[in-house]
Amino acid sequence: MQIYLPIAEISLNVFLLLGMGGAVGFLSGLFGVGGGFLMTPLLIFTGVPPAVAVATEANQVVAASVSGVLAHWRRGNVDFKMGAVLLVGGVGGSAFGVWLYSLLRGLGQLDLVIALSYVIFLGIIGSLMLIESGRAILRKRNPGSSARKLHQHTWLHGLPFKMRFRKSKLYISALLPLLIGFLVGILSAIMGVGGGFMLVPAMIYLLGMPTIMVVGTSLFQIIFVTATVTFLQATHNQTVDVMLALILLTGSVIGAQFGSRFAGRLPGEQLRGLLALMVLAVALKIVFDLVTQPADLFSLGSAGGG
Amino acid sequence: MIRGFVHRVLLAGLVLAGVLVASMMQQARAQQVVADLSRHLVAITTGFIGTEVLLFGATDGDGDVVVIVRGPDRREVVRRKDRIAGIWVNAGEVSFTSAPAFYAVATSRPVAEIVPQRLLGRHRIGTDNLDLRTGETLDAKTLADYRAGFIRNKVRKGLYLEKPGGVTFLGNRLFRTNLYFPANVPTGTYTVEVLQVRQGRVVSAQTTPLLISKIGLGAEVYRFAHRYSAFYGIIAILIALAAGWAAGAVFRKA
Repeated sequence: MQIYLPIAEISLNVFLLLGMGGAVGFLSGLFGVGGGFLMTPLLIFTGVPPAVAVATEANQVVAASVSGVLAHWRRGNVDFKMGAVLLVGGVGGSAFGVWLYSLLRGLGQLDLVIALSYVIFLGIIGSLMLIESGRAILRKRNPGSSARKLHQHTWLHGLPFKMRFRKSKLYISALLPLLIGFLVGILSAIMGVGGGFMLVPAMIYLLGMPTIMVVGTSLFQIIFVTATVTFLQATHNQTVDVMLALILLTGSVIGAQFGSRFAGRLPGEQLRGLLALMVLAVALKIVFDLVTQPADLFSLGSAGGG
Repeated sequence: MIRGFVHRVLLAGLVLAGVLVASMMQQARAQQVVADLSRHLVAITTGFIGTEVLLFGATDGDGDVVVIVRGPDRREVVRRKDRIAGIWVNAGEVSFTSAPAFYAVATSRPVAEIVPQRLLGRHRIGTDNLDLRTGETLDAKTLADYRAGFIRNKVRKGLYLEKPGGVTFLGNRLFRTNLYFPANVPTGTYTVEVLQVRQGRVVSAQTTPLLISKIGLGAEVYRFAHRYSAFYGIIAILIALAAGWAAGAVFRKA
């Protein structure tokens, strides 16, 4: 069954979209990842214009993060103060990101920047995950190696504007979470992701937050940042396709439910390794598309009058 | 008194009608080709996957028929990729200030056999003869490359097409052709021009309008997104929040 997407202005098969939503939702339920960094490239591969894919995916991440944060909130694992500081940075970053997005779109370089951002970040994340899961599998085989020390004192802790975050038991400069929020906000606007994959490691290793607080707090901030991105994309570029977002959402909600049920039963490390390989495969596919000579060197730009 | 007035008005009306009919008949005699479309409105609804519109008509006997469909003119940008540092990057662009968003030609025989070269240009028959203007100053070779690239892309998207032999005659006078509009057809007012060509000359022509517009939920969404973009953004967020909350509630029960 084909459905005409009003903003993307193409017809796609509903079941294909539901299936994609379901598959990515399953993975996000299984691994507790946002899934935006897989969904956006998938949408682009199926022919959705990259500009629409990115803006719409930001809208979908809002929904995914809300359902995630509720569970963490009930357990009291959200540091609202830290979330708010990250959020201020995030809103600034996403406004800058959307401005950059409009500028690049006008120059005809948006698709390239989206592709390159994905290659860089998927490449880094995929490699790190592969190494991490490899280590975990090895550690299981010969236990006894020590865990890493989480909180280390570096020059980052000498910055001014110190603030106390009681819930996370931290006394650090507010500049650090502001900057992290800002950078992740830019990524969110340009790549259509929540940015959890950047935010979570940054909060653990740079801010030194307790791991239990990290996921809930990052989800809390992601809701507001992706909501800001959705709003700004809708007003500046009119590239948010509500119809597409709703279909993907339906699929991903169901997929995530199955995913989280399976999460306990399957061998985690091996699966994480598999996910890493998938992420790397997506990155390689984008690289392949960038380096092979396109069948036609000419392409149509976005129509000015339409 | 009143009755007399009514009579006079009726009489005047009759005379006017008579004159109109007479002039229409005269026009019909001059008009050697008549054609119409099976419908004058193509509605792009939620389930739209492209559609066909039947064009049918009659000529006074001899000659061939050329059908030209043009979408609304608009500014179009075409970009050229070059290899920079190993990857293919958009490196140049040309914008055509006015190009038809959609263009199709159907003829009863191959164009070269029925229309001489000079008429092709005048009537814009065939993609080679489109009036693509650009405000930029470029050398002829570069412009020709961009022009060819533009048309190639439009053809690939099914928005520009040429169908020699697409017009079929039933007997001597009646003809028909199917005009196909793909799912990605641009909206707007189209013109369908039917030319009757005899011995290398256009002897008769008729133009019919065709409206292509988005209708239904999809159209409303599109219009809303462009006109009230701030509201649209807020609604998009609210829908996502509600959906996320609902999903969370389901998770909790499960």
